[in-house]
Amino acid sequence: MKQNSISERLLNGLVRENPTFVLMLGMCPTLAVTTSAVNGLGMGLTTMVVLALSNMFISLLRKMIPDKVRIPAFIVIIASFVTVAELLLKAFIPFLYDALGLYIPLIVVNCIILGRAEAYASKNNVILSLFDGIGMGLGFTCALTIIGAIRELIGAGKVFGFSLMPESYVPCSIFVLAPGAFFVLAALTAIQNKVKIAGEKKGKDMSKIQSGCGADCMNCSDTDCRMRSGGQESKEGESND
Amino acid sequence: MIKDLLIILISSSLVSNVVLSQFLGLCPFLGVSKKTGTAAGMGAAVIFVITLASAVAGAIYQFILLPFDLTYLQTIVFILVIAALVQFVEMFLKKFMQPLYQALGVYLPLITTNCAVLGVALTNVQKKYGILTGIVNGFGTALGFTIAIIILAGIREKMEYNDIPESFKGMPVVLLTAGLMAIAFCGFSGLL
Repeated sequence: MKQNSISERLLNGLVRENPTFVLMLGMCPTLAVTTSAVNGLGMGLTTMVVLALSNMFISLLRKMIPDKVRIPAFIVIIASFVTVAELLLKAFIPFLYDALGLYIPLIVVNCIILGRAEAYASKNNVILSLFDGIGMGLGFTCALTIIGAIRELIGAGKVFGFSLMPESYVPCSIFVLAPGAFFVLAALTAIQNKVKIAGEKKGKDMSKIQSGCGADCMNCSDTDCRMRSGGQESKEGESND
Repeated sequence: MIKDLLIILISSSLVSNVVLSQFLGLCPFLGVSKKTGTAAGMGAAVIFVITLASAVAGAIYQFILLPFDLTYLQTIVFILVIAALVQFVEMFLKKFMQPLYQALGVYLPLITTNCAVLGVALTNVQKKYGILTGIVNGFGTALGFTIAIIILAGIREKMEYNDIPESFKGMPVVLLTAGLMAIAFCGFSGLL
């Protein structure tokens, strides 16, 4: 498949660089809102819209934004779209707004969005950036819906509100509470480790799979580092002037 | 009045612990909890920044956003104020308080993108807290973060030499520990 085509971008976000399952970015909302499949889906789609639009805008403005102030500029663009999304949800899908609550404005600090802006949208053209955002957003949505469905199934015996378990099943309600989120994520990272170890034994390049929050440099691993070092440089640059 | 503040302090630090029940500030919680010393440093820096940020954000909300009817701008304003504040605090400490800067300096830039700071500022607005109540809530939240991260670091130090299945090494076992801690913290919910 051609590098940097639209379909390649979509597939990249969905599978090869899936933000949740492969890169392990944006874990806070992943854990907090996946108490049910519907909430996961809603959060994923909201993030996708913000991600796609902010990617598009940042790509449009990429030649106008001076390099030194690019991070604050990106944050303002992202925060504006988040505010728009929040107001729209409040007006048209109030039940989702109530369920997601505080986590909607917190999309601003989701590492995926700033990460894509920095790594992709600020270097590539508008159409590709838009589809990169959509691909990444779809990957995030799928991951959140799957995790939400698993937690809802074990914790309440339902998926999307439909009972799937036999009536004798006693729901293990801890899975819809806070500790369950940690357990599901622990299982997920363990599977990821397993795949990584198996792949390395076969001699494949598994460096794409991140250890997520485990990396010394916290989450948002390389973007955050680059951001920080970038910030440092620009600060020194200013004082030299 | 004092009783109310005490209740807010306990509920924000223990009952609805910021990491273990609200999942905010998860990245530093998992990333900087390898040693008790660094965890304590991170906790101190978080207490410092969140208390200050909730004071400043509260003041801006009460005196600028509310009177001019600009409350819909709160997300944008808060994130910019917090980012600027952290930069400013870093510069101030570097210039005037060298010992404190050496203790906290490394952790400060890491806090800018920490969702707990923005989360507290937004919670204060959502729950209609005044400036003083907001500060107490911020301090309590950060205190809860510090308690959680120090406990986790202590457990991780003990776990260093344990025999853990290969695919569970690293993050998975830390997440399991955090899950068990979250169950323990659920016990506080009967406190209030």
